[in-house]
Amino acid sequence: MAGIRLEGVGKVYPDGRRAVAEVDLDIKDGEFLVLVGPSGCGKSTVLRMIAGLEEITEGKLIIDGQVMNDVAPKDRDVAMVFQNYALYPHMSVFENMAFGLKLRKMPKDEIQRRVDAAADLLEIEDYLDRKPRALSGGQRQRVAMGRAIVREPKAFLMDEPLSNLDAKLRVVMRTELTLLHERLGTTTVYVTHDQVEAMTLGQRVAVLKPLTGRRRETLQQVAPPAELFNEPANLFVAGFIGSPAMNLVTAVVEGSGTDVDVVFGGIRLRVDPRALQRAPGLSEFAGKEVIAGIRPGDFEHSRIARDNGARSTMEVEIEVVEVLGSESYVHFPVPVPPVITPDIEDLLADTGEDKETLLDEQSMFTARISPDVSVEPPERVTLVVDTARMHFFDPSTGDRIR
Amino acid sequence: MSAGGTAADRAKATPPLRPPVSDVELVGLTPKTPAQKFTRWLSRSSVQIVLVIVALFWLMPTIGLLITSLRPAEAFARTGWWQAITEPSQLTLENYTSLLGDSDLIDAVLSTFYIAIPSTLLPVFMAALAGYALAWIPFKGRDTLFLILVGLLVVPLQMALIPAFSVFRTFGLSGLPALWLFHTAFGLPLAIFLMRNYFAGLPGSLIEAARIDGASEWKIFLKVILPLGFPALASLTIFQFTWTWNDLLVALVFSTKQQPITLFLRDRLGEFSTGIGVISPGVFLSAIVPLIIFFAFQRYFEAGLLGGSVK
Repeated sequence: MAGIRLEGVGKVYPDGRRAVAEVDLDIKDGEFLVLVGPSGCGKSTVLRMIAGLEEITEGKLIIDGQVMNDVAPKDRDVAMVFQNYALYPHMSVFENMAFGLKLRKMPKDEIQRRVDAAADLLEIEDYLDRKPRALSGGQRQRVAMGRAIVREPKAFLMDEPLSNLDAKLRVVMRTELTLLHERLGTTTVYVTHDQVEAMTLGQRVAVLKPLTGRRRETLQQVAPPAELFNEPANLFVAGFIGSPAMNLVTAVVEGSGTDVDVVFGGIRLRVDPRALQRAPGLSEFAGKEVIAGIRPGDFEHSRIARDNGARSTMEVEIEVVEVLGSESYVHFPVPVPPVITPDIEDLLADTGEDKETLLDEQSMFTARISPDVSVEPPERVTLVVDTARMHFFDPSTGDRIR
Repeated sequence: MSAGGTAADRAKATPPLRPPVSDVELVGLTPKTPAQKFTRWLSRSSVQIVLVIVALFWLMPTIGLLITSLRPAEAFARTGWWQAITEPSQLTLENYTSLLGDSDLIDAVLSTFYIAIPSTLLPVFMAALAGYALAWIPFKGRDTLFLILVGLLVVPLQMALIPAFSVFRTFGLSGLPALWLFHTAFGLPLAIFLMRNYFAGLPGSLIEAARIDGASEWKIFLKVILPLGFPALASLTIFQFTWTWNDLLVALVFSTKQQPITLFLRDRLGEFSTGIGVISPGVFLSAIVPLIIFFAFQRYFEAGLLGGSVK
């Protein structure tokens, strides 16, 4: 076990294409760190650079206090779990797990002991003689994990290990991974594009962004899941983390001191003092535009939530209701054009949307409300906004106003 | 409506909620009337009939040769081999017994093995090594090198025969080593091409997994690449072995003492007679060995060798 440190790590391909820029990461010994981001953000490249499968063209990689830039993968003492499992098809499960140990000339009884222990932990004892082709997807996934575990390496590197499993199994394996990490305590770097996986697995989550737009660095924010959700560092992180996504709107700041309102499309919301405390910089934007963000979960139907202060409600006309059982999503238009910044465009690119479709006179908001109130479109309802949890971003930089 | 009503009757009686797709399929699968049975038989068999005709057509010369080898040499001079179909009494193993009694033949067969086995193993092994390197070890100029190697495929063997001979003579190379080298050199471009392309099709994560597991390139080659390359190695071995086994031209130029079976048979072609009594059984005996190789390696062509490895 060991800590992993990346200092200004970057990757430029021989053809001049840049995949990763200026990644500074300090992964503590025993930590479970998740790298998350849309496709093309370089998260896998970062992982492969740690593994030694990809050359590091800039910066320094330090594992357990030693610079590893030019050390061969086999000498870095890390184990990797691949997205497609990459099991040796001609070897049995036992041989697959023992392969790395045999290569390290480990005594036979020690190999047997380690493989048995790992098989026991992963509940694959009964399949040790089988070939990978005779295993189900979930079992193959376990064997791939087992192959990493028996090595007792300094760190586990996992490249979207659950993405090939079906949805139900993925949830099960997610929990198992957390338990596994609790038991083994091995430093783990985990790559995923799935924000739910990132938030549930990671002790800290690093959000990465493709190198487009104005931002010239890969890493956007590294923080524990709750902090990422509650205090996203910029519009990219704000839009990427959270589902449904945060509602963003260009609003004008009015007032000063503790009496600050944000005004957009005929709606005026009084900002709760607690939000002002978290964003003292907002006072500099008095009379100017900011980008305000409200998470869908920070709305509630006025019939259930009490109006906890003056001017924290908005009256809207609902267009679509999605009932999920435990909650309902209501979608309603707000008569202001949607926010389009380079960060937002990157997010749109990830979901395959075109910004042209957003060039509209109104933006669609989503609110998550209790399923106990029944609403029917096109009903006009009053929604209460928890303005203590509002987010504010500088429209010129996209950074959070602090 | 009778109990034995057709699908159409039943469909009319109870209007289906969905189009009666299953009923339509049932008619196709289980023919009811003799006419339907005949139509189905015809449509299925017609393909097979055509295939059998094509196969027979292709096999005709071989069958002819086989029957000729089983007839007395004098009969060959007088009548065609198809006579044997109406007069099977003329068939005899005489040609084979006299041929097998020839000690020169045994020598020739052994010599052919001496030539063909190293001439097969050398290029196959070298091509496997080169194929792995060209597919999976990054180095400068790799793709250019591969292109040049593929370009060598167009060099005709006949063109290089005499220059190679004089080069070999300069170095005092002749006989078996000369044959091995020449066959290896001319086998390699195709062999490397095949191996490289096969290896390049293996999942990269498998090789990366082995690298992280601690395997050296040599170990990766031996423990991962070679076992997975069996289908390609097997087909390559069959190609190269058949080619070197049946070679006449190269042996003619380079062989000294050792006479392969092709040369042996050629020598039995009389100047004034056809020598058919030796040639026809000799050709058949000679063809047995490549056939054995083919059937021995055929089982490695199994599909799905990579099953369960990735996703």
